[in-house]
Amino acid sequence: MEILIALLIGVLFSVATYLLLTKSLLRIVLGTVLLSHGAHLLILTMGGLGQGAAPLLGQEAGSYTDPLPQALILTAIVISFGMTALLLVLTYRTYKAHQTDDLDQLRGRLDE
Amino acid sequence: MLLSLLHIAIIAPFLFALVIPFFYKKIPSIHTGWFVLILPTVIFIYLLTFIPTISRGETVTQLLPWVPSLGINFDIHLDGLALLFSLLISGIGVLVILYSIYYLDKNKESLHNFYFYLMMFMGAMLGVVLSGNLMVLYVFWELTSLSSALLIGYWYDREKSRYGSLKSMLVTVSGGFSMLAGFSLLYVITGTFTITEIIAQVDTVAASGLFIPTMILVLLGAFTKSAQFPFHIWLPDAMEAPTPVSAYLHSATMVKAGIYLVARLSPVFSGSSEWFWIVSGFGLFTLLWGSFNAVRQTDLKSILAYSTISQLGMIMSMLGLGSAAAFYGYEAGYTAATVAAVFHLINHSTFKGSLFMVAGIVDHETGTRDIRKLGGLMTFMPITFTISIIGAFSMAGIYPFNGFLSKEMFLESMVEATHITSLNMASLGFIFPLVAWIASVFTFIYSMILVFKTFTGNYQPEKLDKKPHEAPIGMLIPPIILVGLVVIFGFFPNILAHSIIEPAVQSIYPYGLTGVEHFDVHISPWHGFTPALFMTVSIVAVGVLMYLTLTKWQKIYTFLRLHQKDPVNYIYDGIVKRVVPVAKRVTKVPETGLLRDYLAYMYIFLIVAVVFTLYHFGGFAIETANVAEIPIYVWVIVAVIAAAALLIPFLKNRVTAIIATSFVGFLVALLFVMFRAPDLALTQLLVETVTTALFLLCFYHLPELRNEKSKPTFKWTNVIISIGVGVLVTTMALSSLALKSKKGFESIANYFLENAHDFAGGDNVVNVILVDFRGMDTMFEILVLGIAALGIVALIKLKLNGKEDINEK
Repeated sequence: MEILIALLIGVLFSVATYLLLTKSLLRIVLGTVLLSHGAHLLILTMGGLGQGAAPLLGQEAGSYTDPLPQALILTAIVISFGMTALLLVLTYRTYKAHQTDDLDQLRGRLDE
Repeated sequence: MLLSLLHIAIIAPFLFALVIPFFYKKIPSIHTGWFVLILPTVIFIYLLTFIPTISRGETVTQLLPWVPSLGINFDIHLDGLALLFSLLISGIGVLVILYSIYYLDKNKESLHNFYFYLMMFMGAMLGVVLSGNLMVLYVFWELTSLSSALLIGYWYDREKSRYGSLKSMLVTVSGGFSMLAGFSLLYVITGTFTITEIIAQVDTVAASGLFIPTMILVLLGAFTKSAQFPFHIWLPDAMEAPTPVSAYLHSATMVKAGIYLVARLSPVFSGSSEWFWIVSGFGLFTLLWGSFNAVRQTDLKSILAYSTISQLGMIMSMLGLGSAAAFYGYEAGYTAATVAAVFHLINHSTFKGSLFMVAGIVDHETGTRDIRKLGGLMTFMPITFTISIIGAFSMAGIYPFNGFLSKEMFLESMVEATHITSLNMASLGFIFPLVAWIASVFTFIYSMILVFKTFTGNYQPEKLDKKPHEAPIGMLIPPIILVGLVVIFGFFPNILAHSIIEPAVQSIYPYGLTGVEHFDVHISPWHGFTPALFMTVSIVAVGVLMYLTLTKWQKIYTFLRLHQKDPVNYIYDGIVKRVVPVAKRVTKVPETGLLRDYLAYMYIFLIVAVVFTLYHFGGFAIETANVAEIPIYVWVIVAVIAAAALLIPFLKNRVTAIIATSFVGFLVALLFVMFRAPDLALTQLLVETVTTALFLLCFYHLPELRNEKSKPTFKWTNVIISIGVGVLVTTMALSSLALKSKKGFESIANYFLENAHDFAGGDNVVNVILVDFRGMDTMFEILVLGIAALGIVALIKLKLNGKEDINEK
């Protein structure tokens, strides 16, 4: 299963990278969202998948899955949410100020 | 380990600089300079207390490890040379700040900037002369260049100030860089940055094949800083700085940093003929060039600038000549040049400082410094006139002032130089007294121009902006103190001899002495009818004659094409004119201003770096044995996620793209459920919902997604980079999994599983980690979210008035 998920992570990273390299701000924001999904799955997979019960001690199970990656990802999800929200508002503000979301037009002037 | 008071003396000006703006803003009724004055006074008095220790030939060392692994330590090494310079820095600093209080108007000038830079300079300069470690010295050295450039550009709205500031920065900082390279080579040779340890290894240095490159690189630093030809060109343009700055940095202290460095490292390099010829040769030529060019100047400060260049050359040449003593067992005849250099260094700071202050007073009271407009000011400014007479006569080398004594010693050592038999001196030795004599004649002439063109002759009120009158007393006190010293040192030179000069000479010649010996310096005005005396007499005679016939021979400057600007400036301007556009073009190649390109660099670098590392260390591996079973529903979910993700780049409709992204997010939450991560699934579901809502709120305000009109190469490069990144991440994930089972790394999670219940009293281990074991991390996470929230609120609430819009089409 790890191999399959690793391939899925590869797909998510590829699409995210492609979106980040485009010139439209909205696509870039979507790219960062996909990138964080990919990163979360990557951390989870590297810890090993599907061995043991959920890390809730009351279950009296023989073994538990690794809780540490989960804790890391939990933090990461929340942070990436904050980042997405900020980027989105920044995009909105940029568009309001410059009437374009095309990075080609938003770059600095040549004589700078 | 602890900071010593000497360390504090270096750091205090920097710290004090930070509070200066508060004095300026909160107490505007009192000139900020009065507050600033306190610190250098305290430092000066504190340093004076070291004189008894140092004059006994002892040194004070305070160690403070900084980066011991690299041999970089903030060590203080206070010996005669360091004490001499630090007394000059703090002492002249006091006088200059007092002068500046009257020179700079508290209502018109931005004093907080001025004193901030000045304190920064003072701390840095004290750091340069007190550091016992070359790296620390270098850092302070560059800080002096920086503060000097800032002070030159103090009136930054003036074109010339900016030009002078940039020029000084370019010249001194490029010299500083080569000096850094020289220091690094010294480290390569000796394995230490500590100056005393390098000096102890002088034989290793001399035997090294890197000796000549090291020496030249270090000298480049010293020569650029001390304005030696051809690097002197920044100093005349530095005169755009306020006059207190010119008096302080550009005559008394900073430009002597190069002299300091040469003196400090003399023990390492002297004893080679290259050092002798380069230091004394450049010094002599600078002496000649500076004095010759000073005569053609019409601006009082330009005369003084070229005069400073020439005097620095003179001190430099004496240090070079003094290095010959290394060949001759430090006999008095050869060390005389070094004694003269140290003595003249002090004298120059006194008379040149006072003359700069006079130039400032004239400028302040008449509104011009042009000697063609000035004249006849003697009756309006009798005190200033007296000060300038003493300063200029001392500079010209006339009895009974201190300049006479050191000039005499200088001439004597130059005559003595002809007796050196080695170093090709038998054939070339005559150059020394000859150049010294010619340069002294020109020195005499410009000294006379300085006084008599300003204060005697015809008074021309129609050319002056203001009606001249004597300066306020506060402005007169500092130059009076300085010329007072000129007179005192002239009559009683030996008060300096034992206390300051002997220990300083001893630092320059650490090998010259054994046991309890010390250099016995005794300065006297009368030596009998020596060649030096005849030289002085003939200098005065020829000088007077040439001054009186100035108009007859001044055409020589036009003939030599020296009348407009220093010819070296054509080279500097030419270089700057050609290099700047090239630099701009070169910068534009990688710096396109397009986010995509910067990201592309990063990704390409990431791919190359990781692939290289994996390949180099044999990290590629796939482990198939020990993996979990794949149930059929996982296949389905994974396939759907991949399909949805791959679809997103092709979608043209905003809403569809957003929905597809959210779809991926919700399915990832489902994966979390399957992987037994209930907390993740829960959070992901919540966050995904809010994110989707946010996107749907915002998209309305954003334009439709466009077909990106770009070249196929652009698009395909993006595709290749993206696939590269994907493959890379997959490989990384697989390799790390394989590595984990191959090497049998234990998960550190067991600790949390075992202790969560007992230590933290919780059964949900993920939650316990977040709020207990790693509670601090979570707190900072909340802080990050808080900052993001504030940013978002600010972005939404910020009222646009159209002015911040840089969109100019």
